Amino acid sequence: MTKISRRTALQLVGAAPVAAAMAWTPAEAEQAHTHAQQARAAAAKQSKPYKPKFFTAHEYATVAVLVDLIIPKDDRSGSATDAGVPEFMDFMMIDQPQRQVAMRGGLALIDRMCEELFAKRFVACADEQRRHVLDAIAYTTDVPPARAHAVAFFNSFRDLTASGFWTTKMGIADLQYQGNVFLNEWNGCPEEALTKLGVKYS
Amino acid sequence: MAAKVLCEAGADVVMLEAGAMWDTEKDSRMSAWAYDSPRRGASTAERPFGEFDGCIGGWEIEGEPYTQAPGTTFDWFRARMLGGRTNHWGRISLRFGPDDFKRRSLDGLGDDWPIGYDDLKPYFDKLDRLVGIFGSAENLPNEPNGIFLPPPRPRCYELLIKQACDRLGVTCIPSRLSILTRPLNGRAACHYCGQCGRGCATHSNFSSPSVLLPPALATGRLRIIANAMAREVTTGESGLATGVSYINRTDRRDYAVRARIVVLAPSACESARMLLNSKSSRFPNGLANSSGVVGRYLTDSTGLSVSGYIPKMANGVAHNEDGVGGMHLYMPWWLDNKKLDFPRGYHIELGGGRRSAPSFGVMGGIQRFNGKGGYGKQLKDDYRQYYGSTVSFSGRGEMVPNDDTYCDLDPRVVDTYGIPVLRFHFKFTDHEYLQAKHMQDTFRQIIQELGGTPLSPMPSRESGYGLEAGGRIIHEVGTTRMGADPRTSVVNQFCQAHEVKNLFIADGGPFVSNADKNVTWTLLALSMRTAEYIALLRSQLSL
Ligand code: SF4
Repeated sequence: MTKISRRTALQLVGAAPVAAAMAWTPAEAEQAHTHAQQARAAAAKQSKPYKPKFFTAHEYATVAVLVDLIIPKDDRSGSATDAGVPEFMDFMMIDQPQRQVAMRGGLALIDRMCEELFAKRFVACADEQRRHVLDAIAYTTDVPPARAHAVAFFNSFRDLTASGFWTTKMGIADLQYQGNVFLNEWNGCPEEALTKLGVKYS
Repeated sequence: MAAKVLCEAGADVVMLEAGAMWDTEKDSRMSAWAYDSPRRGASTAERPFGEFDGCIGGWEIEGEPYTQAPGTTFDWFRARMLGGRTNHWGRISLRFGPDDFKRRSLDGLGDDWPIGYDDLKPYFDKLDRLVGIFGSAENLPNEPNGIFLPPPRPRCYELLIKQACDRLGVTCIPSRLSILTRPLNGRAACHYCGQCGRGCATHSNFSSPSVLLPPALATGRLRIIANAMAREVTTGESGLATGVSYINRTDRRDYAVRARIVVLAPSACESARMLLNSKSSRFPNGLANSSGVVGRYLTDSTGLSVSGYIPKMANGVAHNEDGVGGMHLYMPWWLDNKKLDFPRGYHIELGGGRRSAPSFGVMGGIQRFNGKGGYGKQLKDDYRQYYGSTVSFSGRGEMVPNDDTYCDLDPRVVDTYGIPVLRFHFKFTDHEYLQAKHMQDTFRQIIQELGGTPLSPMPSRESGYGLEAGGRIIHEVGTTRMGADPRTSVVNQFCQAHEVKNLFIADGGPFVSNADKNVTWTLLALSMRTAEYIALLRSQLSL
């Protein structure tokens, strides 16, 4: 075995190319990826706006509104669209095609609820109308059978939003994840963390 | 392991690898962040454990089906890459203990091995020194001490779990993983990135391409033929093995390697498949199968997991909890089955906290944590609060072999290479179901003792108490079991086929029984013993 330093190995690994997605051309994957990486403001400056590959323009607009209602901007970090969640979702729909029908159907379900209540589709609704609908489908307590499908869809849509948000640099920084670094020694957990749990090293 | 021992003993070895070559230094994605990929670490067809995983393979492989007898489920995990399934495992390296070789004598079920712990102990010791393992000498009767590197300090929530276990009388000790906490034999020590499952680019944990193949290749006597799908063992007039025929996956043509000695180590079920497919007028039931035992006595570890939300861990103090790529503490089997309603034990593996960076699936099912789901600012705060506040317990237990659990050849189906495929028959009995119930009760009790709530309801008896389907734990052994009597076993205690003296099996097939421990370490020790025996026979020119 050739001996390589751990640092060299880390550099080697860091330089490995991102595996190309199956159903995407490298350029498309690159575009989705770049968009998902950059803050919305930066992305807006690009001459070519992101063109979804799975979502229709209407669906994509719906997704963008929904994800920001789920994870809005606050004083610790930006919103889901700031983190590129719609682009990420579009990618995942192509990458895991078994998700497509449930996604398309779920978005249609939300539009139908809005049509019935307000005679327009979700994106055309006012903020309080949108919230009225979400209040009915975003909570898993006391779900009447008539709403079970919308609640199930929202659960998985929320999960996908969380995956898209908390895995970005912004999301990881917000969660204060401090690992994935090179340690020469493992010294266990800091005093403060031990104290909080009421444990100590013997 | 066998290739290494044999090359170093002066033999010329040709190794057939069904998958592609793999170089952990170059191919590992150890330190990738989820955002390095548009997929954020989600699984792919080739990598069910996530796109950065160090193992190419899975329960379903394109072009390589297997079948299941009606009404039974066994999912067969296969790796297709150099080093096979040594690229996929938790590095949990437990020696089978003295009792694990003589279960029949102890409780009348299954069979004893023809060897005991003392026969394997010298090989375990050599293995510990060669590969490296951390742990602590606890002097427990059926959890033998090894030659251990120092174990890493527990993570803080692991200490919390240990506290609860101490109160409940559950033994909780440093885990035993083949990860280097000190440099060893030219390999660097671990740098605590917590990503062993992705393969270690610094050779600090064990996989065959990372640890065993480099010294074997250094002898100049090992030739590896990649993308070679082994089909059958060929035999000659004398009834001895003459080599192996295989299909080159790239050009799909048949080839053959001639050899004086054949060692099978493609995994327990794949070895059984090869033997069953090696039919000839002399061996109409398949090679080395006059006994009809090939494919029989299949077992997997039993397994199920329960996670819990622990309020005490919510809003935790942010710090690096990665550690090694696995648990720092675990619970070996601690009870006496004579006082229980099931015959065999299990050990408990733990997880939780902020181990490894957020990737696809992070905090999925938030409604299980906060009890409602929701959206907006409150939800965003909930994610922060619950991040790192769960623990999980996975039981891995011993299954007793039974007559309804085996594999044979499907009479009709072939794979894309035209090779007849395996058909699985699988059944758990009350031995396993009652053990599963005990796991559920115990894990829920520990979670309660931690002041937490389980994230899933207690499964019913009808749903098997949550027991995972056969094959899901990927510890299957026993399909070519060893024994002193050629009528009831396939190989002898040196894993040498009773009927074909120059044919050996160096995977999990020869195991007579599983244990309440993961199989890898015992498999490696057994393989080393087999290979040294072959080397001895070669030197005596008796093969
Ligand atoms: S945790 Fe240690 S052994 Fe595992 S991959 Fe990281 S550096 Fe290698």
